[in-house]
Amino acid sequence: MTSAVRFQNVSRHFGAVRAVDNVSLAIAPGEFFAMLGPSGSGKTTCLRLIAGFEQPTAGHIEIFGDTAEGLPPYRRSVNTVFQDYALFPHMTVGENVAYGLMIKGVARAEREARAKQALALIKLPGFETRRPGQLSGGQRQRVALARALVNEPKVLLLDEPLGALDLKLREQMQEELRALQHQLGITFVFVTHDQGEALSMADRVAIFNEGKIVQDGTPADIYERPRSRFVADFVGSSNVMGPDFAQRHGGPASWVSLRPEAIRVSAAAGIAAPGSADGQVIGLHYQGALTRVVIIAEGTRLIAAVPSGSVSLHEGDRVRFTWDRTALVAMADE
Amino acid sequence: MMAARAGTVSDFFFRRPGLLTLALLAPPLLWIGVVYVGSLFALLLQSFYHLDDFSGLVVHEFTLSTYAQLAAPANLAIITRTVTMAAVVTIAAAILAFPIAYYAARYAKGPMKALFYLAVMMPLWSSYLVKVYAWKLILAKEGILGWLAAQLHLTPALNALLATPVIGGPSLSISYIGTFLVFTYIWLPYMILPIQAALERVPKTLIEAAADLGAHPGQTFRTVLLPLALPGVVAGSIFTFSLTLGDYIIPAIVGNSRPFIGQTVYALQGTAGDIPLAAAFTVVPMAIMAVYLTIAKQLGAFDAL
Repeated sequence: MTSAVRFQNVSRHFGAVRAVDNVSLAIAPGEFFAMLGPSGSGKTTCLRLIAGFEQPTAGHIEIFGDTAEGLPPYRRSVNTVFQDYALFPHMTVGENVAYGLMIKGVARAEREARAKQALALIKLPGFETRRPGQLSGGQRQRVALARALVNEPKVLLLDEPLGALDLKLREQMQEELRALQHQLGITFVFVTHDQGEALSMADRVAIFNEGKIVQDGTPADIYERPRSRFVADFVGSSNVMGPDFAQRHGGPASWVSLRPEAIRVSAAAGIAAPGSADGQVIGLHYQGALTRVVIIAEGTRLIAAVPSGSVSLHEGDRVRFTWDRTALVAMADE
Repeated sequence: MMAARAGTVSDFFFRRPGLLTLALLAPPLLWIGVVYVGSLFALLLQSFYHLDDFSGLVVHEFTLSTYAQLAAPANLAIITRTVTMAAVVTIAAAILAFPIAYYAARYAKGPMKALFYLAVMMPLWSSYLVKVYAWKLILAKEGILGWLAAQLHLTPALNALLATPVIGGPSLSISYIGTFLVFTYIWLPYMILPIQAALERVPKTLIEAAADLGAHPGQTFRTVLLPLALPGVVAGSIFTFSLTLGDYIIPAIVGNSRPFIGQTVYALQGTAGDIPLAAAFTVVPMAIMAVYLTIAKQLGAFDAL
């Protein structure tokens, strides 16, 4: 099957900076693909390489089987939702949404009808005559989405589209984007630095660091089986333990990760057996449904996430953390 | 007490912000209100008087006869000549300025940007008269342009250009072409800077968004860049257009002897002593600018502001 987007050893260097360094990836048609990483990790440059705003220094890019390198953005059947929305301030909402159709030479009546449809799709019916300046951030976001979708792109690129929205709106948009993607069946490539967003929305996640993809897989894969210290650190606040610690507790002789949810907390009594550790509570962070308990045990900082209300603890209490040996996930020292 | 120490004046104004605004605005308001608008009003008033043909004295009675004189063929020719020159200079300046401004706004960084500002501003630091006389030498028959044309075996082409009716003449320095070149040179910075300022404010992502939506560079220029830079172009053209309309030195030094509005005003208020007609002539550029700005507003030139 032809990939929607395929990178073959793609690099993009800016002088001495290797923004994208020998990246290979394949995104399946209809997939919701998230590129996750800290800022400067190369994820946005990858998106810009697909859009055509950047050209690769080396390597080969295909979009639905067609060679993309050397092709300007206006000759690619992909559309972008920009981080700052990039709505044209001198046009109405209707003109913004119909812009791509106007450029293609679609007759006025048809493009107005299609713009209307697109605005209905993203739940802003009747907004045609407003100006972008009169809209809220969430509404601009939707207009940017409509402006891209009206062109029926083969791949929709989203560059941190929810970054500027407040939490409640962001959660709502996450659901809507997901639903929209299912409804339209378009391949979505989504760039974000928010791990929660990537894990909850995407079919597949690629973790970027220093211009390289360090791991890709389903959200569950990434979350439960991080392959390196970087991934474990970056995706959620996992416990990361050195080889010594792991071996003492019956784990492998390598760095391991341990999810905070996999730890049980009890009162310390007697001597801690392998697979458990005692320590003094140095932090208690209430987070609604869960409370995070922080201890220092054997010189390692450990965090457990327990259901709030299941334990009554105070800072300074001595507690025991217990986990199953299988919960220790071996990973590379990177 | 605290208030007794330094800063008493600040404390006083802090409690009366309106008074501070008034104190700051009073001097400029007096200047603009009395000196500037006042003298314009006096000028306007003069244009409604007329000169007595026999005594050569100004008759202080309301009349429109002075304005009627503007419609005389010789005077109309002066107005048409000046307005045409101003329009052509403005268009040429806009065409020349846009790519320079675009480069400076989009691509120039650090030292290149400093060099750009220096290159654009430096001509404004030197004397206007020196520059105009320098151009007279450059454009003279034995000047460097004539010499260059000869070296490139282009003298026939230059002669053919100078043989063009109306805009031609015995040499570049004695022709409308010369006047046009000098005007365009002198006012160009006033066009570059506002366009550059307008282009700086156009986010790069808007250009990318247009390309992303299928617009090739020409379409992006027409549908996004130009509309958003238009306030800058209009601001620049206000400078080039009105400065050309009012200038009386350049056409006196470089060009044929046919007068422009500025020269006419200068002659009328001086040797002729016809202050009313000079005032009426002065009102012409103001009226033209008012019409121009109204049209620009109608066309939506200020929508993106």
